[in-house]
Amino acid sequence: MKLHEYQSKQLFREYGIPVPLGKPARSIREALHYAKEVEGQGWVVKAQVHAGGRGKAGGIKVTRSLEELEDIVRGMLGTRLITNQSGASGQPVSCVLVEAITPSVCELYLGLVIDGACRRIAVIASTAGGVDIEEVAARQPDKIYTVTVDPTLGLKGFHCRRVGFSLGLDEKQRKQLSQIMDALYRLFIDKDLTQIEINPLIVTEGGDLEALDAKIKIDDNALFRQPDLAQWRDPTQEDPKESAAKRFDLNYVALDGDIACMVNGAGLAMATMDIIKLHGGEPANFLDVGGNTTTEKVSEAFKLIVSDRQVRAILVNIFGGIVRCDLVAEGIIKAVQQVGVGVPVVVRLEGTSVELGREFLTQSGLPIITAHDLAEAAQKVVDAARASR
Amino acid sequence: MAILVDKGTKAICQGFTGQQGTFHSQQALDYGTQLVGGVTPGRGGTRHLGLPVFNTVDEAVRETGADASMIYVPAAFATEAIAEAAEAGIQIIVCITEGIPLLDMLKLKASLAQYHDVKLIGPNCPGVITPGECKLGIMPGDIHMPGSVGIVSRSGTLTYEAVHQTTRCGLGQSTCVGIGGDPIHGTSFIDCLALFEQDPHTKGIILVGEIGGTAEEDAAKYIKANVMKPVVAYIAGVTAPPGKRMGHAGAIIAGGKGTAEDKYTALEVASVLTVRSPADMGARMQEALG
Repeated sequence: MKLHEYQSKQLFREYGIPVPLGKPARSIREALHYAKEVEGQGWVVKAQVHAGGRGKAGGIKVTRSLEELEDIVRGMLGTRLITNQSGASGQPVSCVLVEAITPSVCELYLGLVIDGACRRIAVIASTAGGVDIEEVAARQPDKIYTVTVDPTLGLKGFHCRRVGFSLGLDEKQRKQLSQIMDALYRLFIDKDLTQIEINPLIVTEGGDLEALDAKIKIDDNALFRQPDLAQWRDPTQEDPKESAAKRFDLNYVALDGDIACMVNGAGLAMATMDIIKLHGGEPANFLDVGGNTTTEKVSEAFKLIVSDRQVRAILVNIFGGIVRCDLVAEGIIKAVQQVGVGVPVVVRLEGTSVELGREFLTQSGLPIITAHDLAEAAQKVVDAARASR
Repeated sequence: MAILVDKGTKAICQGFTGQQGTFHSQQALDYGTQLVGGVTPGRGGTRHLGLPVFNTVDEAVRETGADASMIYVPAAFATEAIAEAAEAGIQIIVCITEGIPLLDMLKLKASLAQYHDVKLIGPNCPGVITPGECKLGIMPGDIHMPGSVGIVSRSGTLTYEAVHQTTRCGLGQSTCVGIGGDPIHGTSFIDCLALFEQDPHTKGIILVGEIGGTAEEDAAKYIKANVMKPVVAYIAGVTAPPGKRMGHAGAIIAGGKGTAEDKYTALEVASVLTVRSPADMGARMQEALG
């Protein structure tokens, strides 16, 4: 789960990591009110969306007058911000962060992430802050400094010294960096995070370090023990179909194609998308109905995929392990009867109770196309989609 | 012969009396697995499915001589269950549980490094099965057939697909290991490849990977240097968009890394027989084994 910048900065403040003065605003009135509170050389207005690349997309604006600030906020609130990371339809802006301008002499990058390969927590730093760090990593790998932390030992002074000296900081800044790294590491562990990114971490005109931006991701698996953070979830930033899927404990990812699929198991669901593509079709979604599938879940999953107007055909691919094929068949039949499906449905069932499942489908009298293996199913659904286009 | 588990494996179940534990223990018994008991704290001294229930794994090991355990406890307690099993001397620990917090796994892995003989399989995996001998996990037993192909996979249902195909073409399986879909897990592709390479009954190996991480790339390097047996590989997620988690916590293309194409390239450099269609795994292996 992602946090907004203003939420991440609230956590930074709690942990003593220096951030600019500022407050989130949901209306023009609020924004003006906060702007007067945060007096200084001017203000930065930052659209609060769960996507990077805001600056280039016009989601971060600087002003020195309250009149202009009002116009900027008006131009952001209630709109959708389209960035190079947000997808074509962009993400809704229902909140802006109003901050005091903090001039910098130098922009750095500092991040923490779980490194699955070496099973440690990696601290990544760079002197090339303020730009896309992945681009820096690709073009100037010598400007990236990484130290990894043994989770049983924790972050130690030498980790901080290595990063501080690599970044070329002076003594005062190295001390500040140690405090910031220490706080970030505690925050990371306390809150079950999978990523923290400060880009940029600036050196102010006074020579102090300050976090100008803040991005935090929380481990979804740990949300059960982070109830306060779980409340910060902003469903408006998620695809509405993906949010709906979560409510029924389904894994759904929207794609651009026209062949919907419903599969049990994440690996098989990806494989199903791949084989559709291999046979000349384009998958409309990833949908894993999971291991403990019930008739209701199948039925909800079906409703979800037929609500996508782009869909020209549906492929159901179930390899019943724990899931019984007869229950899946019942779910499909129930869904087709309830919502009415105007596009061809290809069903491939295999595994536990497959005979009974196939019998249910045949007896239902519904126009369902059956297939006996993966390749046949893919070919049939691609043909069906083409015919109904 | 097989790897990890066989008819001599004595197993217990942690989370024995729960719904999942009960169902899959019964299935394991029906399959002929030598399940010798189970653990549910507070239920010690009772019997369940005709087997003794113990309060602690330590007690279960002392009383039954178990050397393997399958774990069906909720995510919040799963790493503790794994640690308890390791401490009690269990050598094959199969953790089916899905949704374990990453930091818990990070610490657990560091701690497990002390136990050189312990093999953790999973978490978030279907388990391990040696057809006709021992089934520790949630896979449907009846699709398997004793035979010559070793299968190692990050995905559950996609493993069944590989099993189904190798059964249908008459090759059967020596052992099938689901290593799990989480970014931090126990037994790796390389661990299984090494075991399959040494196992005289395994003639060929099917490796089923997916996007995310670098486990397949690491496996490719290992195969190039150490594996003589034919390896067929399929990687799921060619069509997966970057930055989206595809069901499994570990299945995500992040920072341009972990794409299916990178993995295919690495495997092909190592002369692995790659298939682009998940429907071709069995046929390709049959072709390779002549």
